[in-house]
This record gives sequence, structure tokens and C-alpha cells, in this order.
Amino acid sequence: MEIRKEQVEHVAKLARLEVSEDEKTTFARQLSGILTHIDQLKELDTAGVEPTATVLPTDNVFRDDEVRPSLSQEQALANAPDQADGFFRVPKILEDR
Amino acid sequence: MSLRKLTLFELKDKFTKGEVSAAEIVKAYFQRITVVESKVKAYITPAKKDALLKEADDLDYKLRGWRKIAPLMAMPIAVKDNICTEGVKTTCGSRMLENFVPSYDATVVSRLREQGYFLIGKTNLDEFAMGSSTENSAFGPTRNPWNLACIPGGSSGGSAAAVAADLCAAALGSDTGGSIRQPAACCGVVGLKPTYGRVSRYGLVAFASSLDQIGPITKDVRDAALMLQLIAGHDPLDSTSADVPVPDYQKALKFTMRGMKVGVPLEFFAEGLDPEVELAVRTAIIKMQELKAEIREISLPMTTYAVATYYLIATAEASSNLARYDGVKYGYRAAKEKGLLETYMKTRQEGFGPEVKRRIMLGTYALSAGYYDAYYGKAQSVRTLIKRDFDEAFKDVDMIVTPTMPTPAFKLGEKVQDPLQMYLSDIYTISVNLAGVPAIVLPCGFSSGKLPIGLQIIGRPFEEEKIIRAAYAYEQATDWHKKRPTL
Amino acid sequence: MAYEVVIGLEVHAQLLTASKMFCGCGTAFGAAPNTQTCPVCLGMPGVLPVINRKAVEFAVRTGLALHCTIAPMNRFARKHYFYPDLPKNYQVSQYELPICEHGWLEIGQNGTSKRVRIRRAHLEEDAGKNLHAGIAGASHVDLNRAGTPLLEIVTEPDMGSPDEAVAYLKTLRDILVSQKVCDGNMEEGSFRCEPNLSLRPAGSKELGTKVELKNINSFKFVKAAMEYEIKRQTKVLDEGGKVVQETRLWDTEKGETAVMRSKEEAHDYRYFPDPDLVPLRITEEMIAEARKSLQELPEAKHKRFVSEFGLTEQTAAVLTANPVVADYFVASVTAVCTSGASKTDVSRDIANWITVDLPGLAKDFWTHIPAGEIGELSALKRKGEISGPIVKAVLEERLKTGKSVAEIIKAKGLVQVSDEGALEKIIDEVMAKNPQQVAQYKSGKEAVFGFFVGQVMKASGGKANPAKVNELLKRKLTQ
Repeated sequence: MEIRKEQVEHVAKLARLEVSEDEKTTFARQLSGILTHIDQLKELDTAGVEPTATVLPTDNVFRDDEVRPSLSQEQALANAPDQADGFFRVPKILEDR
Repeated sequence: MSLRKLTLFELKDKFTKGEVSAAEIVKAYFQRITVVESKVKAYITPAKKDALLKEADDLDYKLRGWRKIAPLMAMPIAVKDNICTEGVKTTCGSRMLENFVPSYDATVVSRLREQGYFLIGKTNLDEFAMGSSTENSAFGPTRNPWNLACIPGGSSGGSAAAVAADLCAAALGSDTGGSIRQPAACCGVVGLKPTYGRVSRYGLVAFASSLDQIGPITKDVRDAALMLQLIAGHDPLDSTSADVPVPDYQKALKFTMRGMKVGVPLEFFAEGLDPEVELAVRTAIIKMQELKAEIREISLPMTTYAVATYYLIATAEASSNLARYDGVKYGYRAAKEKGLLETYMKTRQEGFGPEVKRRIMLGTYALSAGYYDAYYGKAQSVRTLIKRDFDEAFKDVDMIVTPTMPTPAFKLGEKVQDPLQMYLSDIYTISVNLAGVPAIVLPCGFSSGKLPIGLQIIGRPFEEEKIIRAAYAYEQATDWHKKRPTL
Repeated sequence: MAYEVVIGLEVHAQLLTASKMFCGCGTAFGAAPNTQTCPVCLGMPGVLPVINRKAVEFAVRTGLALHCTIAPMNRFARKHYFYPDLPKNYQVSQYELPICEHGWLEIGQNGTSKRVRIRRAHLEEDAGKNLHAGIAGASHVDLNRAGTPLLEIVTEPDMGSPDEAVAYLKTLRDILVSQKVCDGNMEEGSFRCEPNLSLRPAGSKELGTKVELKNINSFKFVKAAMEYEIKRQTKVLDEGGKVVQETRLWDTEKGETAVMRSKEEAHDYRYFPDPDLVPLRITEEMIAEARKSLQELPEAKHKRFVSEFGLTEQTAAVLTANPVVADYFVASVTAVCTSGASKTDVSRDIANWITVDLPGLAKDFWTHIPAGEIGELSALKRKGEISGPIVKAVLEERLKTGKSVAEIIKAKGLVQVSDEGALEKIIDEVMAKNPQQVAQYKSGKEAVFGFFVGQVMKASGGKANPAKVNELLKRKLTQ
């Protein structure tokens, strides 16, 4: 599987990773190599095989609806790169979610 | 014998009997750190000497009138730096978290704390545990204590090197595709990856959530059994931790393998296996036969597909788990950028190293619209087939014995430019994570270059007991665990 | 050209759990910023989610109330997009396997009713809040709301007008409130809706291109936004243009919608099963439990209040609008009925106190006076120990002092006067003071009878037993 530079750009944007021109070339080459190895999976017939998302046989793990102490505002913000008035502060949001 | 050379069990015994004080233990280890840490570079954040000495003095004072010994009291234990420690920096070997101080302990850490352990340091690792050589740390590589020009393995290279170089009595690592076992093999120590769900993942910074598991790296098998005993068990904070009783692992320590059926999978001895490694492992299998184990040849035909499957599942999960590092709530943020999007993109470009970015790219691609079925979905189905391989094999045998790595530790820088080659060095360890089964690695010989070779014993889910028993019997019948590097 | 409007609705309802979907932080509205957070809902490294059982129970209960099929196997999935109010930059949601599917609800309008199909309802976690207004060069993030459990309820495109859409929203809200799973507060954001709307030539079977509308926070604006959108799309089509598939934001001040995102920019959410959570299996037992906890639907409750308690349509409507008040009413009636009264005997009085007197005295009266005391009051009135006009004064005193109803009546000497001798004395005095009216009555002008009753009641300070007064007055006046 060949990965083109434009695909690298698209995927990098999805992952919110700025990539330099050099990185685009390197990633395109390396990802192509890895995906070529990965393409060997295509030779396996997996029709009707259930996917495994987790190996655990368990289900229904719950907690009771009980309120536990929260962090203080100071603790919540302790590692924040920028904060103001009890909020996390970020560059002006111009784009929508 | 100097204190630092003792196993955890021996040191604990001496301390319990009052033959040595906490202060003496701490001093001995700091002396060792002063002498060899600059060569090995096992730690990102070593403990503060004065603070730990004071803790030791306080403990000694307290114990004068009150001799109640918790199992790990005063035991200097190292913790991989992707396991959260309240009030102590937890960097994951990344610029992104260079100054991150958690307000919470990982469940394993709070359990060790309850047992009175001393945190001797946070160990180096490949950034976010992504790598097989500890070269991907933002804070520089760790060296192999047996040969400083070689890698210590990875990603728990710091923990394995610290144990091998007597920089701690025991350590915790994490294993997603071999990250405990592969460095244990490289450094000639014991590494145990428990069954998925055996040990709580709460507070382990996630790489690939369906594969990650915390486990001990120790000087011998008895120590591994002791450490596992203390960290295993159900945790209500981790929905994926199993509510399964934890047996007494010390009772598994027996000198014979009588009645045990051991499988040797053809596929693990195929092309690409270094002859010296093969010889050491095959010799170990003969030793097991002498210990009355019944040896059977088995087949795990899906082994060929394990690396491809792993690198889709692990990177897809990683791309998701690492999305949270955006410079908003904690961690690195790029210097002032115009808008939010630029800030995100620059922050992540500058905060992550090349291997992490590569994996985020691969994982994002595998999950993206139009590719999910062909890649991530396909990999999940192949994972089912790989797990079936093990289920089938375990109908006939109690455990499976294999090499851990195709070669002994390689030189620093040797594979940095070729990620695929690096990935292929995980070929013997990866399928264990995909199947979620437990495995233990212990030394079984040395290469002509005087580098350790590791034997891997894989067990049925939640049957750590059996592989511990086999490993102990083999270890006690050989001398490999007594060998230590000279530094 | 004539067009037909086609509307579908997505509603996000915050579930009324005490704690968040995956952690123990509280969910109360209006706390100081970032004071209801913990490592889990802040998306700190290494922490893990654990499902709140109550949120699942609420989802199942709602599904049953909406006639949905409950999926036996559920998996939570991660939905990825980067935004500062989403701490992990993915939202834990449900994708392929929603917990509820294929339901419906009935909306009534102008005497006719119509069934709106529910496509699916799924559980997910809410995001935090970004604040922009009045902050120079930056935005602020408050993560208190992050992780609050949400049920996203999606309809089929079954509504043909903004009025129908609003009727659907009101009915849905009443159902959620009656089931006690959501407080339905649009202003505080616990009930949010996003309509999608398209036009097609009248009579056409194919659906037109739809536009999604966001940023609407009241029933009034839902209607206004949809009406604006119908005009806009009509104009585009009339001019020979094509409606573009996009998401548009409602601007309350301008009264317009504006493009937020086109289809080309649509997200690639990269859903995959959340490996931190094990599958959720809804068992037969869980469904049976939910069925037991299922509250009566508003429509049915209204009908029952009319037939069972003999109330007017209007009084029944007021009582059933708030399930807490409805329960309070039933509890009060039940309390007095245990002493032998029949429901229809006491219901009118109690309903009257609850819908008229009490709301005027305290907004949340039900938290101050136990329903049992209302029953007691009703019983005393039935026995003739207190009179109707006294009740309001007792209630007022009860709220002011916190003393029990019995204590107040005793202390204030409010016990009804039924003693014939005492009443006759009052009547005699009133008759003596008003000879003119006595003469009028005697000459056949019976309308003045009411005047006498009023005067006697007044003279007794409201304590006279009205029935006794009637009886004695009649006797005295015709003597």
C-alpha cells in the first residue's frame, strides 16, 4: 500500500499534527513500508470471524450513582499551561466543533 | 554481601529481622546510584536523597517501639515513568508531559505505598512506552548494564536496567507488546507480564488500552511472585480489571516440573532467529525435560500475522489515547500561536517525538473513513484467530516455551532509521498481548558477545501460578540469575 | 411552487443522576468553574471510566416509555474530534449499537394525534463549556459539565411543520420529566434540541437536502429558527438554486441562521469500541426492573386524575405538569383516605390548596410541608373541626413557624365553632344589627340570605361551621 504525501497531510490534520515537508516525505515512505507488511493480512479469510475488541469475558461493570469529592479548582488547574479566573485559558476559539 | 546485590526477598528478610535499618538500605542504594547511574541512565526522576533519607530515619525511629513490618517496608522500588505517582513528576519520557505532576496515584502505586515501599525513582522508557529500545525517550537513551553500547530493550528499559545494575531492589514496568519481557531478556533479569485484567491499569498512562498491562521486573522469580502478589487483584476503578481470586504465588515455588506439559511452537523457531538464541532456548527446554516436564511440539500458525495485527490495533488505540495531549489542561503548549487549530498542531508537533507521531499517524489512518474495515476491523478479526491459536494449544499443554527476542540486545542507533525492523523484533512477544495471556521471561544463557538471552514461558489466562512454578524450577536448576554485570 | 416541510429532531437530554456518567463528580448546575471535576472527567493521563448504573437504568426506562426496543448488547464507542470543551478529545458515546431503537410517541394537535417515530436513543457523555464573550484574545474552558450523562434521542423525519416539531418537543419533554430522568430545563441546557429540516415539492416522495440547525435554547427559538429556515430554503429553491447540505447556527439576536460547517468539512469521527469499557448487556431482569420503575405517562396520568379523583380537566393538567406535585397530591389524598374518606370527597379541596393556595405561599411548598399534614388538614375539615376559610391561614402559619398543623389550630383558637348556643348568639347579634335586611328576607327576597352567612362568618372570625350557620340562620329568619 502506497501512501501519498496528500494522504499524510490529510491524516496529520485529522490527528492535529503539524508536519514539516521533510516529515511528510519520511512518513509517506515509512508508512508505505509498514502498510505493505500489514497488507499480508489480506490473504487471511476472516469472513464470519467475530472481531475481538477486548479479550476479557466479562460485561456489565458498574459503579453506584454516588457523588465523590471533586478536586479543588486549584488542583484541577494545577498542571494547566494557562489559566484565568478559575478557567482553563486557550487561544480565542474561532472554529466550531 | 553488599545490600544492593540482595534480592528483594532477601533484603526484606534482613530488614524484618532487624539486621539492617531503612537508613542503611537507602544509603547503600544512593551510593550505587552515585557511582553507576551516570553510565546507565536508568532514571528520569530519581528520588530526592534527603527526603528519602528522612523518610527512612522516621521509619527506623518509629519501628523502635513498634515492630509491625509491612511486606515492602523500606524496600527501594523503581516505577516506570508512565505509571502515575501523586506529587511526583510522571513524564512518560515525553516533552509533552515533562512537567506533569499527577494529583493521584496509580492503583499499583497506592498498593505498594500501603505496603511501605520506598519510591527510589521513576525510570526511563520509550516515549509513551512506544518502542523496543528505550531510544525513543525525550530525555535520552538508557544503556544496557551488560554492554553500555547496547540498548537495554524497551520500552521498560529503565526499569530492567535499574534492576540489572542494582539501582533498585525491584521495579514495575508495563507491557503492551513485550515492553516488560523484551528488556528483561536484554538485561538478564526476570520480567512478568500478567494476564490482561490481572493487575489494575488505573493510573497507567494508556498506550493501547486493550493490550497494556503492568507487571514486575525483578532479580529472580521469587521476587516476581512477591511483587505480583502485592499488585494483583480486582480494582473498582478499572472496569477491565478482572474479579478473579489471586492465589498465593509463593506456594507455587517448587523445584520440579513434574506433571507439566510444555509446548514448543514450531513457528517461533523459524527464519530470523539468531542461532545463539535458539541454542540457549533449546538447551533450556532440555533442562525442563530433566525437571520432569513433558515436552510437546505445537503449532501457532497465526504467529506470522501478529506484528501486522498488533501495529494496527495498538496504533489505532494509541492515536485515540494520545488525543488528549493538546496543551489545554496540562502538559506542553507551543508558544503563542494565532488560533486554536495552530496551537493544537504546533503543540503536538513539538511535544511528541518521531516514533509517537509515526504511530499516531498510522493509527489515525487505520481508523479513518474508508479504511476502518480494511485495517482496524480486519485486525480485530485476525486477533480473534490469534487468540484461538492459543486456546487450541492450551487444550494440549499447560504452557508454551519460546525465545523472547530474535537476537540479543542490539547496538544503540542500529534500528532507529528502520521502524519496521524495530517492530519485527517484537515478533515473539506481541501475540501474547493480543491473546491477553500471561508470560514470564527469565535468563537462560549468554551470547558470545556476553549479552543475556531470555526464555519466555507463556501460560493460560489467570494461570500465572503455573508459569511462575516452571520458571522457578528452571531458575533454581541453573545459575543464570546469579550473574550480574560489572559496572 | 408549493413545498412540503420535512423535519427530524435530535434531542440531548441530561439524565438526572447525582454523579457523572463515568466518575463520581456531582452534576449540579451553576457551580464555580472547574470545581466539579476530577482526574477522570478532566481526561488526565492514565485514568479510567466506570459506567454509572443509574444512567443505564434511566436510559432503559426512557426507552420503554418511548416504546423502543432495548438492545441486549451494547458497546460504548469513542467519537473523536478536537475541541477544548472535550477533555479527552473524544467523546464516549454509542455508535453501532444504541441502547434504544425503533420507538415512537404520540403528539396531539388541534384534536388530532400523530405518531412520531424514534429512530434511536443512545447514552453518551456531555462536553464542558467554552466561554468567549467579553474575553480579549482568548477563550475560557469550564469542565464542570464534562462527563454529565446524556441521552441523545433521534427521530425519523416525521414532522411536517414547526408546530408539529414543537409539539413533539413538548411531549417528549413531558415524558422525560414524568419519568424523572431529566428536569427538562432548556435554559440551563438540560434539554437541548437540534432540528434538521428539508423541503420537497408537495406530493414528492423523495427527501430534499437537509440542513441541521444548532444553538437553540428555547421552544420559542426552535420555532423561529425553523420558520426562518423554511423561508430561506423556499427562496433558494424558487430562484432555481439548490439547498446545500450543511450545519447552520441560529443567531438569536439577528433572528437568522448562518452556515457553520458544510458537508465537505464534515468530521471524520473515527469511531471505534472504547477498550476501557467492557460490553454492556441489558438483561431481562434489568428490563423488568425498569418496567417496574416506569412512571405513568403524562397523558395517562391526566386522564386518571380526572376519572379517579373527579377533578376538572384544567386542575388535573396543573397537577400533572410537575410529577413531584402530582405525587404530593396523591400522597395527601391517600393520607386522608386511610381515615375512611372517599377520594372524590377530599380531592377538590386538596387540589385547590395545592394548585392555588400553596404556590402563592412558597414555590417549593412540597419540601416544607409533608403530604401527611395536608391529609390531616383535610381530615379535620371533614370532621368539621376547622372551616375552609381557615385553611389558608393555617398553611401560612405552618410555613412561617414550622409548627405542626394540629399545634397551630390549637394555639390560635382556630377550631371551628359548631356549638349551637354560641352560633345562635352570633346570629342574634347580626340580625339585631341589620333589621332592614331581616325585613327584606321576610318579604320574600331570599337573595339576602348570603349576606347573613357572610356576616356571621365574619363575626366568628371565619371559625363558624358553615353548615351549622346555614341551618340555624334558616330557622331563625323564618321564625
